[in-house]
Amino acid sequence: MATIIIEVMPKKELLDPAGKAVLGALHRQDIHGFQEVRIGKRFELHVDGEVTEAHLATARTLADELLSNGVIEDVVSIRSEDSPA
Amino acid sequence: MKVGVVTFPGSLDDRDALRAIKLAGGTAVALWHGDHDLKGVDALVLPGGFSYGDYLRCGAIAAHSPIMSEVVDAANKGMPVLGICNGFQMLVESGLLPGGLIRNDHGNFICRDQVLRVDNTSTPWTSGYREGQEITIPLKNGEGGFIADDETLRRIEGENLVTFRYSEVNPNGSLHDIAGLRNEAGNVVGLMPHPEHAVESGFGPDTAIAMKSGTEGLTMFESVVGSVVHQ
Repeated sequence: MATIIIEVMPKKELLDPAGKAVLGALHRQDIHGFQEVRIGKRFELHVDGEVTEAHLATARTLADELLSNGVIEDVVSIRSEDSPA
Repeated sequence: MKVGVVTFPGSLDDRDALRAIKLAGGTAVALWHGDHDLKGVDALVLPGGFSYGDYLRCGAIAAHSPIMSEVVDAANKGMPVLGICNGFQMLVESGLLPGGLIRNDHGNFICRDQVLRVDNTSTPWTSGYREGQEITIPLKNGEGGFIADDETLRRIEGENLVTFRYSEVNPNGSLHDIAGLRNEAGNVVGLMPHPEHAVESGFGPDTAIAMKSGTEGLTMFESVVGSVVHQ
């Protein structure tokens, strides 16, 4: 089995309130080395057998049309990986 | 005269919207997300709630529902469509309205009686209000922060697409205090606050006169019922 991994992040210029909340939690635990936390999403699409160019093409379309909203998010990575047996 | 309300898995305020339409003198028609049938309605409401548990993005999965192809078609042909809260999120996800809605800037869910200014009365949903009129209706959401890039914001302001603006306080960090928008044609309107929860004395926001007596949301439904009757 193989997997297509799609990663989506909130746009850089936009406020990420969830990330900001986590940064606040770090500060409350006296952890101060980090300037910013941003939270994105990772989608794993599992494929029986090998990932084909057709799978990747569908994944790219899906990433743009359903899995992300281009107004607020960017698709930062689409790649395939062999799953460990 | 017939106004449909689409129920999605996770809709909460569909029955309130149906009731608001009845109180406004319209015929309320319940519609189902999985159908491809608008049952001959003259106008549509996409109600509030948490369709699909807000998974993926608020309104994103519902925006790809079977009935949404008919909704988008009808909207593009000029049918009045109102999206409330989760329904507004569906309208931006389906591209019928510009911009996007993200988590409130303070990170908290907010539930309050909210003052809005009606900035545009040239829509079938707001024709019964006065331009600049302030109304109070409930607001209840966790992801109501309206955002758009600078170019889109300029277009929104330039074409007078802002239909409702938060007044007195901006509850969620929405850019330009935007609470609700219309499309260029004016038939599609979306807003985060809930007009259907301010339609009946005893169940609305508090007013200076009496507790829970606010009914300033009713005009939105009366406007569309009137506009459809007069066509």
